[in-house]
Amino acid sequence: MIPELGQIALLIAFMLAVVQGVMPLVGAHRNDSVWMQVARPAAFAQFGFVAIAFGILTSAFINNDFSLQYVASNSNTALPLMFRVAAVWGAHEGSMLLWILILSTWTIAVAFGSRSLPEPVAARVIGVLGLLSVGTLAFTLFTSNPFLRLDIAPVDGRDLNPLLQDPALVIHPPMLYIGYVGLSVAFAFAIAAMLSGELDRQWARWTRPWTTAAWVFLTLGIALGSWWAYYELGWGGWWFWDPVENASFMPWLAATALFHSLAVTETRGLFKSWTLLLAIMAFSLSLLGTFLVRSGVLVSVHAFASDPARGYFILAFLFVVIFCALALYAWRAPSLDSQAGFQPTARETFLLLNNVLLVVAATLILIGTLYPLIIEHLGMGKVSVGPEVFELVFIIPMLPLTFLIGVGMHTTWRTGNLDQVWKQYRWIGAVTLLVAIAGPWLFYGKFMPMTVIGVSAGLWVILASVATPVRAAFGKATMTRAQTGMHLAHLGVGLFTVGAVVVSSFGLETDRAIRSGQSITVAGYDITMDGIEDGTGPNYVARRGTFTVKQGEESISVLYPEKRNYTTQVSEMTEAGIDATLARDLFIAMGDDLGDGSWSVRVQYKPMIRLIWLGALVMAFGGLLAITDVRYRARVRKRKPAAKAVEA
Amino acid sequence: MTPRQQRMLSVGLLLGGLALVSALSIGAFKENTGFYFELDQVAAGDTPPDRAFRVGGLVKEGSLFREPGSLELEFTLTDTKNELVVAYTGVLPDLFRDGQGIIARGQLGEDGRFVAEEVLAKHDENYMPPEVADSLERQGYKPAEEG
Repeated sequence: MIPELGQIALLIAFMLAVVQGVMPLVGAHRNDSVWMQVARPAAFAQFGFVAIAFGILTSAFINNDFSLQYVASNSNTALPLMFRVAAVWGAHEGSMLLWILILSTWTIAVAFGSRSLPEPVAARVIGVLGLLSVGTLAFTLFTSNPFLRLDIAPVDGRDLNPLLQDPALVIHPPMLYIGYVGLSVAFAFAIAAMLSGELDRQWARWTRPWTTAAWVFLTLGIALGSWWAYYELGWGGWWFWDPVENASFMPWLAATALFHSLAVTETRGLFKSWTLLLAIMAFSLSLLGTFLVRSGVLVSVHAFASDPARGYFILAFLFVVIFCALALYAWRAPSLDSQAGFQPTARETFLLLNNVLLVVAATLILIGTLYPLIIEHLGMGKVSVGPEVFELVFIIPMLPLTFLIGVGMHTTWRTGNLDQVWKQYRWIGAVTLLVAIAGPWLFYGKFMPMTVIGVSAGLWVILASVATPVRAAFGKATMTRAQTGMHLAHLGVGLFTVGAVVVSSFGLETDRAIRSGQSITVAGYDITMDGIEDGTGPNYVARRGTFTVKQGEESISVLYPEKRNYTTQVSEMTEAGIDATLARDLFIAMGDDLGDGSWSVRVQYKPMIRLIWLGALVMAFGGLLAITDVRYRARVRKRKPAAKAVEA
Repeated sequence: MTPRQQRMLSVGLLLGGLALVSALSIGAFKENTGFYFELDQVAAGDTPPDRAFRVGGLVKEGSLFREPGSLELEFTLTDTKNELVVAYTGVLPDLFRDGQGIIARGQLGEDGRFVAEEVLAKHDENYMPPEVADSLERQGYKPAEEG
């Protein structure tokens, strides 16, 4: 009976979402205060019923209710409790429910945070979010109902995909979804602005922290996914340009461009229509990502649901959202033009370049991701776009961007002061070049031009980002919290760049056959296999190797990579043994039993790979600081009605 | 800059960016896309002689053979009608096993064996690469659906 209540809760939430999507928008259009005031109660009630539905599904997992098809397919009595909870979003239906829960959570956060906003603005934003809820709730109810019953309940479930039985999976999808879905807030603000025809600097000030918040979660979600792929997929790569990774990365690039463009709109009142377009683009790319993942049109490790009906539904939803948004944009955006000017060396120019390059990168990745689909659709054969292509088309726009960051963050608004920047920071250029040439050569004994360029890019950003904070520490400069956040986030970009360049230039990888007592030497480390024994876990049996790592005579670590066999799904999983320091990772993964007592193993040396995820963490933390800047704290202030006329 | 110049700059940069995008993508994709061939196309000799491509099929039951203690191995791919022997050196993916749908990337050798640089199996026991599913369907084979 209880699962049926879950479905009823979803139906009620759907109806409330219709109310939340229609009445406030109509009310704002007619300037009817009563109708507008429906927005918040409807949003809270919708959230309440979605939360009930989500809670019921979670309890079905915790209590092993295998009469539910979704639970029976994705859980098992032997599955530890933490993974039974994570299994709620381990497959399609539940992760859509999570999507909806997160959307309604963002909505009530907006409902709380918008109390200082003029009534029509808040009503429109909450209304647009309501319409998005209508779409996703309809999708879940009509194509992906998690509360479907089985005629005969099995004794035990089919278990969660072993790949997903990992602590990082407990938080990776929620983080990613919070980021994805959070971009709907910026989208809703953009639609609200276009509906009202009012877009001033105040609008950008409201929109900016929401966008940055979504971006922070998206950054963390992507970094977690990369980290998880690194140790759980077993083979030590940290980014595969898998279509689904691209699907999360494109909105990230667009969101990055968006809040840089919002900075210009907030500070100078410029780039208005461009900002709107980016807000539409960022959220559309999120939806496109959902479509790519959920429809199963792409070959990917993540594409666990292949159902054409779902694909068509999301495609239709995507089409409606993009079409309506762009139609509104075409109709309204031209009237939002602004008249201020700036010098070619001003910060505005650098932010414009930032936007162009980020959008170019996102576009190239989009083309590369969709290319195989298009070619196949045209009947021109089946092709795949390899990682080399993506790397190339990503690096070409991103490399100049990293160099521009260092200059752009120190130039002034409107006038530009390149002379002064050059005087003040030229030492950074000198140090960068020196270290980038000498560093890799001294540490790794190799000189490669591309590495020097890449390391220069990263170091340049790092030094340029710490210069002002260091001056501030000595009392020679003052920084607001938002500025500190900006410098910190750029420091993260630099750390990431250095890590990515060093690991791809100097990483070593070797596949070998090895038996007990033998050793392999990689990058000066002697790795000896001491033995292999059997082990068991809650729902798997394993072969566990013991490897001692020595550097010279000194024993520095013992690693225990495993080959697991998950008994319910009869699937094999490789658990790597990793010895991690900031300077390098040593990574051992066991392959196959070769039959004569020896095993194939893959041993990898990954210098500075930790900087990749550390960089992402630092970026996210920078974003967090920027949001908490004092100027975004909610202030109750009545807006002057005259503001509209000025813009026209 | 005056607003007019500013707009010109923005539009110019955007157009320039777009031109760069198209030029790059056309060039890069032309050179680097990997083509997929069906096993019957390989049998008929329709594959390019000195370019890497991808093939896919099921791992034939009991066909995996390896030199004990060595990383060199051989297995046979089948679409139930045509077969292809694949040679590979290295560590096989976790879900490589008899009857599993896999994809191999490499070149066709002189001796008719396919020398793979990479063997891919997806991390889901029920997963069938769409290419392989298509090939099997063309050969009249329907993979068993699990309920």
